[in-house]
Amino acid sequence: MRDIRAHAGFPVKPVYGPEDLAGFDPARDLGAPGEYPFTRGIHPHMYRDRLWTMRQYIGFGTPGETNARFKYLMAHGQDALNVAFDLPTQLGLDSDDPRAEGEVGRVGMAIDTLADMEEAFAGIPLDRVSVSLTINGMAAPITAMYYAVAEKQGAAADRVVTTPQNDILKEFIARGTWIYPVEPSLRLVADLIEFSAKRYPRSNPVSVCGYHIREAGCTTAQEMAYGLAIAAAYVQLMLARGMSVDEFAPRISFNFTCWGKIFEEVAKFRAGRRLYARMMRERFGATNPRSWMFRSLIGGGGSAFTVQEPENNIVRGAYIALAAALAGAQTMALPTYDEAYTIPSAKAQLIALRTMQICAEESGAADTVDPLAGSYHVEALTNEMETAIVAEMDAVERMGGIVEAVKSGALQAEVARQAYLFEQRLASGEIPKVAVNAFVSEGPADADREVELYAFDPKVAEAQAARLARIRRERDDRAARAALARLSGEARGQGNLMPAIGEAVAAYATLGEINRAMKDVFGEHKEPVRFA
Amino acid sequence: MKVLIAKPGLDGHDRGAKVVAQALRDAGLEVVYTGLKRTPEEIVHAAIQEDVEVIGLSVLSGAHALLAQRVLEGLRAQGAGEIKVVVGGIVPPRDVEALAALGVARVFPMGTPLGDIVAAFKEWSRS
Repeated sequence: MRDIRAHAGFPVKPVYGPEDLAGFDPARDLGAPGEYPFTRGIHPHMYRDRLWTMRQYIGFGTPGETNARFKYLMAHGQDALNVAFDLPTQLGLDSDDPRAEGEVGRVGMAIDTLADMEEAFAGIPLDRVSVSLTINGMAAPITAMYYAVAEKQGAAADRVVTTPQNDILKEFIARGTWIYPVEPSLRLVADLIEFSAKRYPRSNPVSVCGYHIREAGCTTAQEMAYGLAIAAAYVQLMLARGMSVDEFAPRISFNFTCWGKIFEEVAKFRAGRRLYARMMRERFGATNPRSWMFRSLIGGGGSAFTVQEPENNIVRGAYIALAAALAGAQTMALPTYDEAYTIPSAKAQLIALRTMQICAEESGAADTVDPLAGSYHVEALTNEMETAIVAEMDAVERMGGIVEAVKSGALQAEVARQAYLFEQRLASGEIPKVAVNAFVSEGPADADREVELYAFDPKVAEAQAARLARIRRERDDRAARAALARLSGEARGQGNLMPAIGEAVAAYATLGEINRAMKDVFGEHKEPVRFA
Repeated sequence: MKVLIAKPGLDGHDRGAKVVAQALRDAGLEVVYTGLKRTPEEIVHAAIQEDVEVIGLSVLSGAHALLAQRVLEGLRAQGAGEIKVVVGGIVPPRDVEALAALGVARVFPMGTPLGDIVAAFKEWSRS
């Protein structure tokens, strides 16, 4: 018989039975759905009360083009938005910055000033639609722009539901949109959490991500372990500011991937929910049950998708959706089948949305809470996954804790090492991939490609630059400069920067100017460069 | 043979670059890695300083053509046009020929088996 290992590394047996659950206590280890430790899910009836939110990730070109795609998806039943920004925006560069050349509007929409944000959300009522913003290093100013648009629309602050990603620690580990050194970057994370907790009580000012670290190569157990370690670091950051844990923890959210082995993924989330609940209640003393809940976007997993025979990715997407539903997702987003080629086409986006809708409405996966509970296999896997996650969290502690591990680059090196091991497991065939290392078709691998490639338009950059020049000309320049000077001054002190950032945003200071005002004080992150 | 694995531009996805760097190292090549967000000028400078024979550019944002062009121009301007430039990342099929026309020696689009990349470098290493 072939040996099979979980992605986390431990062996998977051909048969599980009662002997695998020695010492298993359902009351202690599972609890009822909606109750501590939330192994079975954070709501008593899960999808029978409220289906998961469908939130495809989209953004490209100008704010106007992105606005049109938002409306297209909403017209087909998507109930929330998930915004992609281009790399200059994510890194705080204006569209006319020389370093932005070739990147404006390419992997997301370009935002330079509040005027762009107003256009992006024109006609979308921000007191009714929840919006997640995939923004990290620039989370504070972009979210300030979002709040300003909501206010201009007349939305009440307590009706605004937005989730800026605002997870800079994972950017240092994977994804790479860091700007400032680690400490001032963490200060900005905390400023946004604190400001939002006090002013926008329904916003989720941080979305802790295991997703991107897994995409960068780590294992399933490491993904959850690093995510929980990052969450703990942010909790400590806020406690150090004098906030009580229950003031901010109920609005912490998560973003995790879900591809590969269905039962291992389900076990990862069941174990993660249990560990998070215990950590928040026992280690941090949270007393509000909402502070114990691991609320997560689950989905994604573009690295699971292949260039070879791209239509097969539609099938992989359906399995991801099923696993995410069985795992108890609050929000779901799927990669599109053309992920390895291009910015998603409208057709590919619609297929991904339809995949989630079919899973929700036709498959029965949403009918009953945590349908795999009590399975010898899944309960044993959940326990094994918990053990593996705890071991990886201990490994992070041995690196000096997550913040030190990120500063030294030790964690990045471990992720790179795992990515290489994964490639070797693929090359050996231990991890099969259909049409890649198993059942490979005769002839060129790119036969039968039917992918509509996104036609990137270099004119987007010209349009953005022209718009930016007009804003600079028409704004009250003195007010913008005064706000930027105030921001630099505040950055030298210890106070929360959000009010000063909000003032600069309202004066139509550009994202590049706001970034520079802070960078002059904070300096730039120096990456610990190593590849293993 | 000594090679430079480089991340030009703003793209922060370094999984592929780091995997290729480890594979080439294990194949006996000497590998220098630039880290993220290097400008074409910095990459040209590093390649000359380190005296490498091949530069591997990793780009997943779609800006590969412009960045490869800038690096190739920089190498020629510095009289280092003999350094080979290869590109890996999310390169759609229609861009492969365009990159070759610019002077890129090989393109390794998403999905290229790691063994094929290592084999190409080893081939150059022998010749």
